[in-house]
Amino acid sequence: MAHVIRAHGLGKRFGDRRVIAGVDLEVPDGGFLLVTGPNGSGKTTLLRVLARLSAPSAGELELPERHRLGYLGHDPLVYRELTPLENLTLFARLYRVSERGERVGMLLERFGLWDVRHQRVASFSRGMQQRLGLCRVLLHDPALLILDEPTNALDADGLALLDEVLADAQRTRVVATHDPGRVERLATVRLALA
Amino acid sequence: MTYVADVATLARKDLLLELRAKETLPAMLLFVVSALAIFHFALPAGTSHDAALGLLWVALVFTALLGLTRAFVPEREQGLFDALILAPCDRSAIWLGKAIAVLGFLVAAEIVALPAFAAFFSGIDGRTVAAVALADVGICTVGTLLGAMAVASQARELLLPLLFLPLAVPIVVGGVGASAGAGSRYLLFLLLYDAVFSLLAWASFEYVVAEQ
Repeated sequence: MAHVIRAHGLGKRFGDRRVIAGVDLEVPDGGFLLVTGPNGSGKTTLLRVLARLSAPSAGELELPERHRLGYLGHDPLVYRELTPLENLTLFARLYRVSERGERVGMLLERFGLWDVRHQRVASFSRGMQQRLGLCRVLLHDPALLILDEPTNALDADGLALLDEVLADAQRTRVVATHDPGRVERLATVRLALA
Repeated sequence: MTYVADVATLARKDLLLELRAKETLPAMLLFVVSALAIFHFALPAGTSHDAALGLLWVALVFTALLGLTRAFVPEREQGLFDALILAPCDRSAIWLGKAIAVLGFLVAAEIVALPAFAAFFSGIDGRTVAAVALADVGICTVGTLLGAMAVASQARELLLPLLFLPLAVPIVVGGVGASAGAGSRYLLFLLLYDAVFSLLAWASFEYVVAEQ
């Protein structure tokens, strides 16, 4: 089976501080990597390395190309002074999404943001911003989806939408959480950081 | 064409953000007019036109610095560099789009500043306007690169002036020289500065935003 992520001896240091060390991973196409661990165990650092946002200090790493990744960190990574429609249109242009209008409209509808598409994100609750972050990350239909604590601030409807996204085995998924109960059943590869 | 479209998209985004937030341009306008007013009252009567022109350049450089300090605030505060550098566009498009937006703010400030200078001191000629236009390009291309470097630091508000002002010295030399009547030699110098530093900034931005 083809592997979307392959890592051997992966490590990351910030100066003298070793954050992750000796991580070996093989995540197959359509697989689900669940990364768990307490605060400060290096979950976010590992996900940033897997998202190509941070270069590893040691080891070997094979990943899909940058444009095939979708990354949602602790922040939704959207402009607060723009509207959801403007944010998604901006990123759709940068990701060369074809049929932008339809794709953006479909995601706004799906995540319950269509009625507020002309309102500034700054006026949104944290949960609505997280929904918009999920829209942004799905916009270009990434082959590898990397989500860092994606349940943050989501209400029951938002969590149900997230479950739908995470259950889609058409793409490879990586989720870091300190509360694995919700996604445990989906995981095909598990990594517990100490 | 894709590169041009990416740059246009990013520059339009920054102009739209400023249109909404109205933070940078009003501050730049207020600063440059206030600075010129202070210089007007600080200079003794009978001071030469050349001395006043020197102060115009000081006001313009510090006004630009104000705009550059604000340039990457949305990306810094909302962690948006991550989203932008993950996009499959050339990373230098982020720099160029931002530089064009800052250039727009600076030109808008100068549209007010140059008539204000003429009102406080004396009129300016075509050579000075040409020198200002050439200097703007250098200020924005170099300043945007340095702004991206400074934004990664804890002491970003201190770091940007420390990085930018030494590199702005040749711009002031060229600008004052061209304004004071030394003419095309200094305009050519500014043009050369723009070409060299724009090329360097374009080529090095990729490494500035890459996290190690």
